[in-house]
Amino acid sequence: MPGARKRALGTPALGSGLALGYLSIIVLVPLAAVAAKAADGGWHHFWQVAWNPESRAALELTFELAGGVVAINAVTGTALAWTLVRDEFPGKRFVNTLIDLPFALPTIVAGLTLLALYGPTGGIGVDVAYTRWGVLMALLFVTLPFVVRTVQPVLIELDRDMEEAAASLGAGRFTVFRRIVFPHLLPALLSGVTLAFARAIGEFGAVILIAGNLPFKTEVASLYVFEHINSDDPTGASALAMLMLVISFGLLLAVGALRRWATRHDR
Amino acid sequence: MAIEARNVTKRFGDFLALDDVSISVESGSLTGLLGPSGSGKSTLLRVIAGLETPDTGEVFISGKEATAVAPQKRGVGFVFQHYAPFTHMTVWDNIAFGLSIRRRPKEEIHARVTELLELVQLNGLGKRYPSQLSGGQRQRMALARALAAEPELLLLDEPFGALDARVRKELREWLLRLHDEMHVTTIFVTHDQEEALEVADNVVVMNAGRVEQVAPPRELYDHPANPFVMSFVGPVNRLGEAWVRPHDIEITHEPNGVAQEAQVERIVRLGFEVRVDLVRDDGERLHVQLTRNEAEVLELAPSDIVYVRTRVERTFSENGEPTRPAPSSVS
Repeated sequence: MPGARKRALGTPALGSGLALGYLSIIVLVPLAAVAAKAADGGWHHFWQVAWNPESRAALELTFELAGGVVAINAVTGTALAWTLVRDEFPGKRFVNTLIDLPFALPTIVAGLTLLALYGPTGGIGVDVAYTRWGVLMALLFVTLPFVVRTVQPVLIELDRDMEEAAASLGAGRFTVFRRIVFPHLLPALLSGVTLAFARAIGEFGAVILIAGNLPFKTEVASLYVFEHINSDDPTGASALAMLMLVISFGLLLAVGALRRWATRHDR
Repeated sequence: MAIEARNVTKRFGDFLALDDVSISVESGSLTGLLGPSGSGKSTLLRVIAGLETPDTGEVFISGKEATAVAPQKRGVGFVFQHYAPFTHMTVWDNIAFGLSIRRRPKEEIHARVTELLELVQLNGLGKRYPSQLSGGQRQRMALARALAAEPELLLLDEPFGALDARVRKELREWLLRLHDEMHVTTIFVTHDQEEALEVADNVVVMNAGRVEQVAPPRELYDHPANPFVMSFVGPVNRLGEAWVRPHDIEITHEPNGVAQEAQVERIVRLGFEVRVDLVRDDGERLHVQLTRNEAEVLELAPSDIVYVRTRVERTFSENGEPTRPAPSSVS
């Protein structure tokens, strides 16, 4: 009985009051402050500072890169999780630990490392510094663990009997993956790419060194905000922040709906 | 579809699951693989389905060598012990799976699934998900799914193991009827001797990775090949060198020369069957089965002194071969 359990832990009103209070202090009030800042000069002014050619370029680049990060991570993250769960190879434990490294490393160090190897002085003939490819690599580096770590446990728990049953019914390996395995991974995969997406649109530390911050070329939203704060334009910074907030929230809602659809059989 | 396994051996690490096993199954028959857990019966079934590859030995399907053929190319319906439902698909889609991946026309799939839902008595439940079914319904769905693509061989791994006794009995009878109607070659695994004797027309008894005996149920019960089979296919009393079934012991109130004295310890009445536990004066315990009528005539009560005599007892030589059974007194 869910009702009984709720009562045992205190009244529902107390619990939701605490949750909402905490959420307000940590998230809602600061966001409201940003919104207030952005709206300083009224709606018309907000729109003017938020939607200019430079901010638009930054927003477009940010979401393009985040989209690329999602697409690449969905494939490589699933493949990595698959290898770690289903295959046996020497050094598997080491690789498994390696996956978490981007989480453990300060992101500025990640940027530094990438610049050292793939920068002008890298010495391997690849120079992606101050290019969009460099930014993409930095983002892929910091978002690597998300899909792997959300898909891996689901793959471990997945009932192998189901795959054998499908095989005995005539399904080849690809059909088994497409019809049986993938639908079970989808909810976790959606969580993973959502986290990766959120990280990619907000990433600052790993990007700042390798991007070189060239407006219209490598300036992503976070760098735009940073630059405008630096050049004493907090309203412009807040306005773009507000815009990103609205777009991201909309995307999160859409992913939530997709997840509910993907887990419809569990209810 | 006739099946033959020749000299099949399979190891899992240090564990020898199948030790040089050879069996042959006639087309259209209903065969039970019977044995305790770890005897290799499920592994043998999985080897036949192609879900395991034997270390050595061969599998022949309809006379053709098929040891290395992938499971999806064997034309086999496999029902898993825990049914392995596709939890993300409706009952309908589960059953249709084998047909839809073969890209059969929509109308054909619709007709076949409707027919199968009828056959397994799940009409009207096609839109449900497996998590919304009872154990018995899930089992029937798994059967329908395995039957959908009209396999020539149906393999069932402990098909009724996880169900309660009443549902189990119903499904057993249902499987028998189904087999009579469809004549698909069927092999099922069970650890329940009663299930094997009731359902199968031929039983393969397995123990520790080896085949102990292959025989029809009645012969298995009446002429067990060795002490293992004797004790596995039914309850037994061990009396020195001899093995006696509980219903082959006769109880009387009068000693008549060849009978021996014993004391009634416990009486259990199970409807038609009455079980009597006796202790002989040498301390040996005997389990006896009587019919209700026999028990009523005897009017037994705990701590009564009675006389016992065996009707049939069996002895086996040292290498496990049966020696001639003969009626005699309890030695």
